[in-house]
Amino acid sequence: MPRLSYRKALTRALADEMARDESVFLLGEDIRVAASNVTAGLLKRFGPDRVVDTPLSEQAFTSFATGAALAGLRPVVEFQIPSLLFLVFEQIVNHAHKFPLMTGGQAEVPVTYLVPGSGSRTGWAGQHSDHPYSLFAHVGVTTVVPATPADAYGLLVSAIRHVDPVVVFAPAGAMDVRADVDFAALAPVPIGRGRVHRAGDDVTVVAVGHLVHDALAVAEELADQVSVEVFDPRTLYPFDWDGLTASVARTGRLVVVDDSNRSCGIAGEIIATVVERVRLLAPPRRVTRPDGAVLPFAPALDRAVQPGREQLTAAIQLTMKDE
Amino acid sequence: MTRDDPVRLYRTVRLIRRFEERAVDLVRAGAIVGGIHPYLGQEGIAAGVCAALRDDDLVTGTHRGHGHVLAKGADPARMLAELLGRETGLNRGRGGSMHAADLAVGVLGANAIVGAAGAILTGAVWARRRRGDDLVGATFFGDGAVNEGMLLEAFNLAALWRVPVLFVCENNGYATTMPVEGAVAGTIPGRAEAFGMPAAVVDGQDPEAVRDATAAAVARMRAGGGPELIEARTYRFDAHHTFEHAVRLDYRAPQEVAAGRSRDPVEIQGARLSGVDRAAVDADVEATLDAALEFALASPEPDPAGALAHLYASGLVARTGGG
Ligand SMILES: Cc1ncc(C[n+]2csc(CCOP(=O)(O)OP(=O)(O)O)c2C)c(N)n1
Ligand SMILES: [Mg+2]
Repeated sequence: MPRLSYRKALTRALADEMARDESVFLLGEDIRVAASNVTAGLLKRFGPDRVVDTPLSEQAFTSFATGAALAGLRPVVEFQIPSLLFLVFEQIVNHAHKFPLMTGGQAEVPVTYLVPGSGSRTGWAGQHSDHPYSLFAHVGVTTVVPATPADAYGLLVSAIRHVDPVVVFAPAGAMDVRADVDFAALAPVPIGRGRVHRAGDDVTVVAVGHLVHDALAVAEELADQVSVEVFDPRTLYPFDWDGLTASVARTGRLVVVDDSNRSCGIAGEIIATVVERVRLLAPPRRVTRPDGAVLPFAPALDRAVQPGREQLTAAIQLTMKDE
Repeated sequence: MTRDDPVRLYRTVRLIRRFEERAVDLVRAGAIVGGIHPYLGQEGIAAGVCAALRDDDLVTGTHRGHGHVLAKGADPARMLAELLGRETGLNRGRGGSMHAADLAVGVLGANAIVGAAGAILTGAVWARRRRGDDLVGATFFGDGAVNEGMLLEAFNLAALWRVPVLFVCENNGYATTMPVEGAVAGTIPGRAEAFGMPAAVVDGQDPEAVRDATAAAVARMRAGGGPELIEARTYRFDAHHTFEHAVRLDYRAPQEVAAGRSRDPVEIQGARLSGVDRAAVDADVEATLDAALEFALASPEPDPAGALAHLYASGLVARTGGG
């Protein structure tokens, strides 16, 4: 089977949707030359009217996309840096997200916000290494964090077709993942549907984005001690609570690994919801960035504040010891 | 009778005037909750600008937005129902005074984040034009908004991409209590000129002067010109917000208020009509507003079970309870 990289999967999704639907167009900084490499080849194929380079005006072009969506187009807005989402939180939350309710259903805002390389890129330090997906889940903006090339393709396609705003986080830690993919089988992945990557009996590990790959590696390492099920929610909002509940109802134990800051991160919400629904055999655990973390520059420090495999291993073992 | 007929222009300013006076009374009576930002004294701007627009042209309004919505052609009865939070309101009671929207008449919403709407309108006009519609847009904002970076970013995008948007600054001398002289370095037209946009200063108390300035700008824009700015000098006759009726704020000298109120757009336009015509319009406006109030008061309040209806165009139902 051919290999497909995560990055190429995103490109392919953009190209397929632009070919399928005239109303889809791209907006962003340096996307014509594809500085992030995600829009590579699209200018040549679709022309400058549909691959629109913007000045450095994130707030204006984010709301410009809202207006274009109100007028019937389907913009995909690329952000060069995950931390820029703090700059446009206003435009996404106060306007794009609120228009349908505030207008009493008169408005639809089908915009996709694509964030290639979210989270740490190693060595990019404080203002380039954030992973603010929990914030968008908190305010109720549809939020997806694909882990694999096929899911990156399928979720980006679904995001573009969705009638509400969707933020697509493509973690830096997943961008170089490659997988064997049957191109004919590439398809939209439904928003709000999780996926069990590895079945297990003793503990459910919920892993977000690139951490799915760490969770799978840890599960293999521990395979002779504990049977780990790895659940990838894929969409953080709306979350696949039924899928996760079914998994934890079988295993009885829960560990969450999430690249958010701990306070008010999605891991807290996942644990709270599961304990509202399932009587666990042991206290749940979460592996996250520390409270209020700002990623420091030096590589060892950068790694130290991100959730890692050792912490995940320890959390699983602790959960297995507790009764 | 043409759309920019003097009688018709008078009717619009008179309608907004009486609508606002009645709305203030309804606030005092406790029927409108949350208060309003009265447009009293500024009627000539919305009326004059919209008189020079076509039905399919697009506008955005502000927190002081009743005049913009009414002048563009929204039904006063449904507007009043919106202020009263009724299911029959323009926004089905989900928007209220500050978010009133009527997409059917080209109002992409009053918008309560100062300086935010310009970029949205720019995107909407750009999108509609690339789909082949030759419409233009007008976005209203106050003197306070000219110090918001996001609006200046929108100036740049509109000018750079030659999007035919008329930026209409309603300079009423104050942003809440902050006088223009204390807030604006340089000049308001100077901001437009910095982006290569033509800019004009017009007497906002004279509806015909506003209409003529708008018509000239719109004619240039329809002939292929880029965006323009109009600074309409005006005076707010009443409070920044009706909360001021209860809490006296000391920032405008009584002599200044009296001088400002002496140039009344309703009187200025009314003097252009015969006494008979004027009396007929006044009677018609009262009858319209009597019927509007009757309609609004007889309308049902929204069912709380549907409080979050329209939160998502996709129909997603937000999780409201635990678990
Ligand atoms: C971005 C933003 N900052 C502050 C406010 C609070 N606020 C509402 S209206 C207003 C004054 C706006 O002044 P101006 O733009 O001159 O409009 P006017 O009220 O005079 O019509 C302020 C500060 C807001 N709504 N949005
Ligand atoms: Mg003002």
